[in-house]
Amino acid sequence: MNLVVVGHVDHGKSTVVGRLLADTDSLPEGKLERVRQQCERSGKRLEYAFLLDALSDEQDQGITIDVARIFFNSKDRQYIIIDAPGHIEFLKNMITGASHAEAAVLVIDADEGIKENSLRHGYMLSLLGVESVIVLVNKMDLVGYDQASFERLRSEYEKYLKSVGISAKNFIPVSGIEGEGIASFSNKLSWFKGPTLLAALDALPRRGLEEKEALRMFVQDVYKFTEGGDDRRIVAGTIDSGTIRVGDPLVFFPSGKRSRVKSIEAFAEDPPSARSRGEAVGITLDEQIFVRRGELITRAEDPRPFVSSKFRCSLFWLGETPMVTNREYILRVGTARVTVRLARIERLIDAGSLSQDASGEDVARNMVAECVMQTTSAVAFDPISFSQSSARFVIVDDFRICGGGIIREGIEDAQSALRQQAYRREEKWIHSSVSASERAERFGQRPVLVLVTGEPQADRKQFGKALEAHLFSEGAMTYFMGIGNIIYGLDSDIEGAESADKEHIRRLAEVANMMLNAGLIFVVSAALISQADIQLIRQFVGVSRVRSVWLGDAVTNDLQCDALVDSIESGVEEVRAMLLQDGFLDA
Amino acid sequence: MDHLSRLENTSIHIFREAYNSFERMCMLWSVGKDSTVLLWLARKAFFGHVPFPLLHIDTSFKIPEMIAYRDRLAKEWSLDIRYAMNEEAIENKQTFPDGAVDRITCCKLLKTQPLSDMLKGVGRRYKFNHEKSKYDVDPSSEPFDGVVVGLRADEEGSRSKERYFSPRGIANDWDVGAQPPEFWNQFNTDFPPDTHVRIHPLLDWTEVNIWEYIEREKIPTVSLYYDQGAGTRYRSLGCANCTLPVTSEAKNPNDIIIELKDGVFSKVAERAGRAQDEEGGGGLEKLRKDGYM
Repeated sequence: MNLVVVGHVDHGKSTVVGRLLADTDSLPEGKLERVRQQCERSGKRLEYAFLLDALSDEQDQGITIDVARIFFNSKDRQYIIIDAPGHIEFLKNMITGASHAEAAVLVIDADEGIKENSLRHGYMLSLLGVESVIVLVNKMDLVGYDQASFERLRSEYEKYLKSVGISAKNFIPVSGIEGEGIASFSNKLSWFKGPTLLAALDALPRRGLEEKEALRMFVQDVYKFTEGGDDRRIVAGTIDSGTIRVGDPLVFFPSGKRSRVKSIEAFAEDPPSARSRGEAVGITLDEQIFVRRGELITRAEDPRPFVSSKFRCSLFWLGETPMVTNREYILRVGTARVTVRLARIERLIDAGSLSQDASGEDVARNMVAECVMQTTSAVAFDPISFSQSSARFVIVDDFRICGGGIIREGIEDAQSALRQQAYRREEKWIHSSVSASERAERFGQRPVLVLVTGEPQADRKQFGKALEAHLFSEGAMTYFMGIGNIIYGLDSDIEGAESADKEHIRRLAEVANMMLNAGLIFVVSAALISQADIQLIRQFVGVSRVRSVWLGDAVTNDLQCDALVDSIESGVEEVRAMLLQDGFLDA
Repeated sequence: MDHLSRLENTSIHIFREAYNSFERMCMLWSVGKDSTVLLWLARKAFFGHVPFPLLHIDTSFKIPEMIAYRDRLAKEWSLDIRYAMNEEAIENKQTFPDGAVDRITCCKLLKTQPLSDMLKGVGRRYKFNHEKSKYDVDPSSEPFDGVVVGLRADEEGSRSKERYFSPRGIANDWDVGAQPPEFWNQFNTDFPPDTHVRIHPLLDWTEVNIWEYIEREKIPTVSLYYDQGAGTRYRSLGCANCTLPVTSEAKNPNDIIIELKDGVFSKVAERAGRAQDEEGGGGLEKLRKDGYM
């Protein structure tokens, strides 16, 4: 069991752990003796903390800088203790430690009482979702093992923990220095009827698998290792919750694609029929749908995750410079990765003070904020009330993880209604018995929508036709259409109507979806198409099956184009090369 | 799920995360027990394949059985293995004990230096040719941006402070205090140009866990770890000059597990037989800040 030890600086975390190791006979031979001699030489009292503060920087300063892992076995279980620094400067390291823990030991100095980081760490444990918390009231020797002092501190801190949603499993009076209450009690604490720290740890429950737990697994990668004639296409990931079984009907979000588990793959063992939470697995699918990293897998009968580009969250920020609104950052939820902006700060919280409310225009280092985030494309997630793992995110800036948080609730975005239509279509879609991969093999190509747009004066139609003709002459199965074919045909009932814009795009996407299902390379020329239109089209036909081409010198709107071409002659060749490179055309 | 299975699943997750994140990933394989467990985990993570090169640093002082074992597994598991050696330092006898340098300098020259070169893609390296069953000069000089290393937090103090994904500076250095945070199962997979990331899937494993896993999975290990009748064996493998065998009659992984849990070694540090750790006080920590594993 992973265990983190947190609390304010100098409240004795490392001492408690050092004592726990010494009292349970878990130290390497001679280590205690060496530290004792070192302390004597420098005229210091034996510090159990020195056992842990291994780095020389730390021994000089007497504080823990980074997270240290300590391995320790009780009679009942193996523990990995993560000793986290209490110094505010190293909050990022405390969070690193605590986010990997199932249980936390929160240490408070009986003499000094509740301090800034006692509050902050308590708050962070709640955000990080640490399941069990044990509070140690340490340094009881300094208050003469006084019961009233302990009870006072306990009731005050218990009230605070409740306010942040934590109910501690135990409050235990201890003295790390004197070894009281760690592995045993002497008569100094005879008034205390609870367990020692060691007994309390061993009694911590472990979360079992629930019967009806919804399946949640983010696609981590899709493997096709061909060496030795291996022809498996394996979707890999680690199960965040629930169980996956051979034969299960699956749904992938945000795409809404559906398939069934054909097999669960494994190396050096018989293929299993089921795998559950915490296991790193690989599956093959019945129908070869196109899925990729970042999609969230659920079973058809499970509650759906929320899919949106907007959500409300609690965020903690650790970056050197404050997080500001309307600047681009990278957001990662599970294995999904998108560009994000902090859209609105609703409340700033100084987790280190009891009043908590703070004011400011940005989220400074070590602050917590309740805020709204806006991503550039939709991601699948759950609110924290439904699931821990699929509600957690981190923010990356300048190559580093700079913050993280939990999603409180999803907010519908402009495409929510259309997205629901697309999911319904996927659910009701009647599949032909010829699979996409059989078609791809026959045609020697994989279907793709090539959207040609560009400057108003550029001849987009001419380009689209030239591209179609060129690919066709090389044997590709391809079809060209101008946007007008749809507007004056399929769209004639809504032509000129208000709010028709979005409906035009939706219908174009539906047509494209059918063309792509037929296995074609579908070329469409259109007037100015915005980034939002492209997002919408991708939602309908699949993110990776769309390529956008801009004809002209420079992109004059917000479009992020896959190819920028300046003439028809060279452009056709460039687009062909891109389709080859991206694997849509066989070499 | 038992503790060992938890460790296994976490390590596999880390492996896959790394493989997805880096374009040119490699793994260090010292042929010791830890990096061999790592290799086994890679085969599990990638369903029998090892889809990246394995790098080996040859100091020329490695015990001969280690090299033979390396080449045997390379063939059996069709591994892409490459090695490098600081041939200049060896030729000029800048080595310990027969040269004019101390142990720490010898480690720097024969291990840290070629490792750093190999990652940057400078200097000569050799690649195993499966058709001819011998090593050729590796024609490619690609640098690597992600390197998987089998170090464990329980080995010694400074390693206990490592992250699963540990970004290294241009000079291959390690700034402990400035390490970025790493939460839940999200890792620092982004990195600026000219730097690389070290990945540590075995961080949470102990020496006992390693042997329990070798026993459970029946992973082939080099014979030097076992007593061949003389009443000694190696607990940790390194260069012949700086690694001492220990007195032990353990003949298989199971004997070793018993010995480590309840026997004579239950309280003796694993690297106690590695001489360079003690020299100069905090020797290993200093070596590691400069890029030693």
